[in-house]
Amino acid sequence: MLYRVEVSTKPGFPDARGESLRGQTRALGLTGIETIAVSDLYFLEGNLDDAAASRLTETLLYDPVVEQAVIHRIDKNMIHRRGAEDAEPKKDPPRSLRLSDESTCTIEVALRPGVTDSVAESLLAGARLIGVAGLARAATGQRYVIAGRTSPAEASRLAEGLLANVVIQTYTVDEPMAPSFIPTQVVDATVEVIPVTDADDERLAALSRERRLSLDLTEMQAIRDYYRREGREPTDIELEMLAQTWSEHCVHKTFKAIIEYEESGPDGAPVPGSQRTIDSLLKTFIRAATERVNKPWVRSAFVDNAGIIAFDDCFDLAFKVETHNHPSALEPFGGANTGVGGVIRDVIGVSARPIANTDILCFGPPDLPFDALPAGVLHPRRIADGVTAGIEDYGNKMGIPMVNGAILYDEGYTANPLVFCGSLGLLPRGAHRNRPQSGDLVVVIGGRTGRDGLRGATFSSMEMDHQTGQIAGTAVQIGHPIHEKQALEAVIQARDAGLYTAITDCGAGGLSSAVGEMAAELGAEIHLERAPLKYAGLRPWEIWLSEAQERMVLAVPPAHWPALRAICDGLDIEAFALGHFTGDGRLTLRYDGRIVGELSADFLHNGIPRRRLRATWARGEAEVKAEAKAEASNLNLNLNLRLLLASPDIRSKEDVVRRYDHEVQGATVVKPFVGRANAGPSDAAVLDLRFAIADFGFRNDTGALDPQFAIRNPQSPLPGVALSAGIAPARDGMDPYAMAWAAVDEAVRNCVAVGADPDRIALLDNFCWGNPNLPDRLGGLVRCTQGCYDAAVAYGAPFISGKDSLNNEYTGADGKKHAIPGTLLISALGIVPNVGRTVTSDLKAAGDRLYLVGESASSHREAAHSHKPLLAMTPGQKRDRLATYRTLHAAMRAGLVRACHDCSEGGLAVAAAEMVIGGGLGLELHFGVGAPLAVAPTGQVQDLPLLFDEAPGRLLVEVAPEHAAEFEAQMVGLPCAALGEVIAEPWLRVTGLTGELLIEAELAALEDAWRGHIR
Amino acid sequence: MSAKPPILILHATGTNRDREATWAVELAGGAAEIVHVNQLFAGERRLADYRMLVLPGGFSYGDDLGAGKLWAVALRYRLGDDLAAFIASGRPVLGICNGFQALVKAGLLPGVRRQGSGVRGQAADGFLTPDPCSLAPAFTLTRNDSARFECRWVYLEPNPASPCIFTRGLPELIYCPVAHGEGKFAARDAKALADLEAAGLAALRYTGPAGAPAAYPWNPNGSQNDIAGVCNPQGNVLGLMPHPEDHLIPAHHPRYHRGERGMLGLPLFRNGVQYAGGL
Repeated sequence: MLYRVEVSTKPGFPDARGESLRGQTRALGLTGIETIAVSDLYFLEGNLDDAAASRLTETLLYDPVVEQAVIHRIDKNMIHRRGAEDAEPKKDPPRSLRLSDESTCTIEVALRPGVTDSVAESLLAGARLIGVAGLARAATGQRYVIAGRTSPAEASRLAEGLLANVVIQTYTVDEPMAPSFIPTQVVDATVEVIPVTDADDERLAALSRERRLSLDLTEMQAIRDYYRREGREPTDIELEMLAQTWSEHCVHKTFKAIIEYEESGPDGAPVPGSQRTIDSLLKTFIRAATERVNKPWVRSAFVDNAGIIAFDDCFDLAFKVETHNHPSALEPFGGANTGVGGVIRDVIGVSARPIANTDILCFGPPDLPFDALPAGVLHPRRIADGVTAGIEDYGNKMGIPMVNGAILYDEGYTANPLVFCGSLGLLPRGAHRNRPQSGDLVVVIGGRTGRDGLRGATFSSMEMDHQTGQIAGTAVQIGHPIHEKQALEAVIQARDAGLYTAITDCGAGGLSSAVGEMAAELGAEIHLERAPLKYAGLRPWEIWLSEAQERMVLAVPPAHWPALRAICDGLDIEAFALGHFTGDGRLTLRYDGRIVGELSADFLHNGIPRRRLRATWARGEAEVKAEAKAEASNLNLNLNLRLLLASPDIRSKEDVVRRYDHEVQGATVVKPFVGRANAGPSDAAVLDLRFAIADFGFRNDTGALDPQFAIRNPQSPLPGVALSAGIAPARDGMDPYAMAWAAVDEAVRNCVAVGADPDRIALLDNFCWGNPNLPDRLGGLVRCTQGCYDAAVAYGAPFISGKDSLNNEYTGADGKKHAIPGTLLISALGIVPNVGRTVTSDLKAAGDRLYLVGESASSHREAAHSHKPLLAMTPGQKRDRLATYRTLHAAMRAGLVRACHDCSEGGLAVAAAEMVIGGGLGLELHFGVGAPLAVAPTGQVQDLPLLFDEAPGRLLVEVAPEHAAEFEAQMVGLPCAALGEVIAEPWLRVTGLTGELLIEAELAALEDAWRGHIR
Repeated sequence: MSAKPPILILHATGTNRDREATWAVELAGGAAEIVHVNQLFAGERRLADYRMLVLPGGFSYGDDLGAGKLWAVALRYRLGDDLAAFIASGRPVLGICNGFQALVKAGLLPGVRRQGSGVRGQAADGFLTPDPCSLAPAFTLTRNDSARFECRWVYLEPNPASPCIFTRGLPELIYCPVAHGEGKFAARDAKALADLEAAGLAALRYTGPAGAPAAYPWNPNGSQNDIAGVCNPQGNVLGLMPHPEDHLIPAHHPRYHRGERGMLGLPLFRNGVQYAGGL
């Protein structure tokens, strides 16, 4: 029997979801919609009768205080209506299933079969709990009743533009939705043999294309030659595993390639002497920087799933940032959701408990006209909403605070949004074990395996076109954060009990990647039929390659297996042994006993040919553009400041950030919002780990938890952690070399601004770039990594982890290529020596002095909407700001600094305005009255650059008058100028070099602008 | 009494603020133990061995069928008698956020009134749920008016007329964060709400920086009568949406750097633990 249950809001109570949706219809250009009423749909199938359906509904599916429910027996009639008026179930008169009349339109939405539906899973679990054993299958959906004028075309626009994403959902208009049960499938043990040994180059290339292997000819040839040596043909599972292991996503072949680099002059001719062969960008620029700065507190860099540094004598910190760009473009919720889940698993994969998340997002302009959208691309607003909701869902449910982030907008991100997800973990030193032993079991804990996410690793390594959404639908997944939360708790318990010898996460490439890497030395024998499936019908290669989420792989000595299983049972999470590590160096895959794949681990991991790539850089482009922008203009400075504050990159992100829990775990002491009304912007987050550490048993003599005792020596200051980010997109021909410096500086500066020690900062690099096979794209990437090296060495900050996402290009139906601006994210993890001496950006007291620290340049963002920070640098042109940051930090540790804010987007003027908004106080500033203003050697002192300069290195610092002399004495010899003072009157006033009043703006007007309202 | 009262912090699958609840209880002088509901169901631990119960925040079972719903069902079906006995014995029970939602949806808050329980006020039928297995509840926690999850700091004012043992004699307001999407306290009808108020069961209310009433965002979810927390007529069961366990030390205060101090959440736990210790 099949039942359909519809749960809606009772009359008299607000339908908050419907109200919120209605508000969003205007952005779709739909003006005739009066109301949207949202109902939840549940489909119940099995050996059920009316009483059982009724009981399930009453106990599990609706909230009788504010909701009502209608139960239909499908193909028959409505059986029950439950709600305000009816205290008892009763039979209603038969009614047809026609769902709407003329004045309304009805849209019903359901997930496609096979897409993770955690609500349906919970419903089945709930039915077992209350003893309704007959429920065999459950599915869910939503119903939207739209009142108002809607044409059929408008209904489809509403459905596809707001209510459903056809990549993962189906919808109907004015028709009842069929339940999205997965069709019953039979077990399918088919294994194909694919002939390659006799294939010519043409056939090899065709094979790579047909199976979407994303391998180039050289790689295909290497595979063919391997099988010639082996004297047999590959199976499908072997070929898929090779494609996954050798994918850009998993092996970073561009960063490891041999690159022939050359620069050309403005005339296009090669510059003599500029040719250079680079043997691996990773080795030459990234790892080399880490080795060169050689910090003793780096515990693990570029080896484990996350970079690890020392926190103190007993604890380490693990930090990782990942991107999930391609999936987020197609299905923003699921893409971002599983992006967060994936990076959290990286941290669990080094035996750490995640303690904070970060997110940096790049979207197309929110006001992009619909007709400017490339074919097959979701609107930026839709992508932004979905991504935000996906991050919210995963992070909040995992109970990990989201403490730092940024959002950037640029047309270049319209087809390729960027979603950077970071996670920080804490682990006791020595707790991470990563040496599997022969005989250890290969144990998988977490969610079940389904067809979700097949070929995600290869998918993320290719360019997208307007059909990608249809073809790659299975590459997108919806996460199940509760499975991951329980897997986390199981791993932490297993870690503390010493039950495993190695651990890694299942990410891109699924078991193939995770087990493949763990068994790289020992080899392993795997029995694929032992993997619990979400549904039958997966072929062996699909089980092996599935990217079903929320799975961790552990190497477990057989003696510990019962204990681990007991832990998992107690936490409602599945665990199963898939096979064991053998020691023979081969990966043997079996299904029901027979061998379906066998590969040498050495060929799998070392057999990939090195890529040889060509890179070119057209010299002088950035300089030329900089000159073109240098002419002065007649700006209304007050208006320009307000326009800058209101611009999407700069304005308050409170409506997004408040959707993330930033307080859970009780450690966030410099929060995303600071100041008098908890609304001013924060430069970086600071975490106070006293409770997290106390959890490990650092308690006082009587065994009681004592947060002060957590520092173990109450006389010494309590250290903390700062997290910050610097991001630089190569917009408008900005030089990627200078861009790397800017990103490194911004990340470091943000960290220093809240109180981190500049000599204890570690960096993560995340590159998002276009197609590296195009020499001009790769040329930019080479310059960017060069900049990373030079900047990291200059700041003494090692890279500990990084990731690249390439091929961020999109070919639209029009055949045109849409590439992103090359984008570098630098994330910084800094140690704060004393959480009692951290600093926030809000002004604290009238009468305090305000200083500008750092030198100004002669370039600036000229008009609010132009987004054209102008920077040009050449390698070797180093600006050492470390000495300045060290001195500023010393002043902070001495308690001399009351507020500090970095000058980033919009320069000094915006920074000052934000300090005013945060503090609820005013500022009276005069250029050139105090110590002379430091300006870059090439420039001259001018009002406009001083106000709006976005070049790196500048901070505004508030100092109490009684500490002013001491502060100034410490800063002698460094770029530091007194600008004026904090005033009680809520006005920002800036007087220029010639005594002209440049800015005079009231706090309320600045705050309005910063919240997006221009008066 | 010198021994610390043993206090059970109940972990359901998806609970995530259990560690903070543990820290709060320990700072307040209790001996906390995190126990998964499965351990209670399996008989590995017994509720009766503890002096106080905390249901902490999180997303039990993903909140898939409504916030706290499945946890509530699990408690009613698997632990109903033990929990009823625990409450009837007068031992304190604290539900925070998801724990509050579970207690309400399990029919344990505002709670069963027993004949002659000696409760002040005119506790009327509106919120009585005599049989927890066939509920006709009068109150719920439903979607925020904003239709979204929000994390922000709020001020809580204790109701001096409440029988609640947790809020009794609190010296000042509590300032702490909320972090939820379904925290709007709503009554079936006006009478049920009036009865709840008359009995003093609205133990904690959102208030603005300039005093009551609290408008958005100070009342972050649209709760009727600004109700942030409710207790049972006996006063030993309290549920609240905000997180007092996230304001345990002065450094947690969002304006710590501006010199603002006080309004910690800790006294609420201290009241509960002291009460449990004195039983």
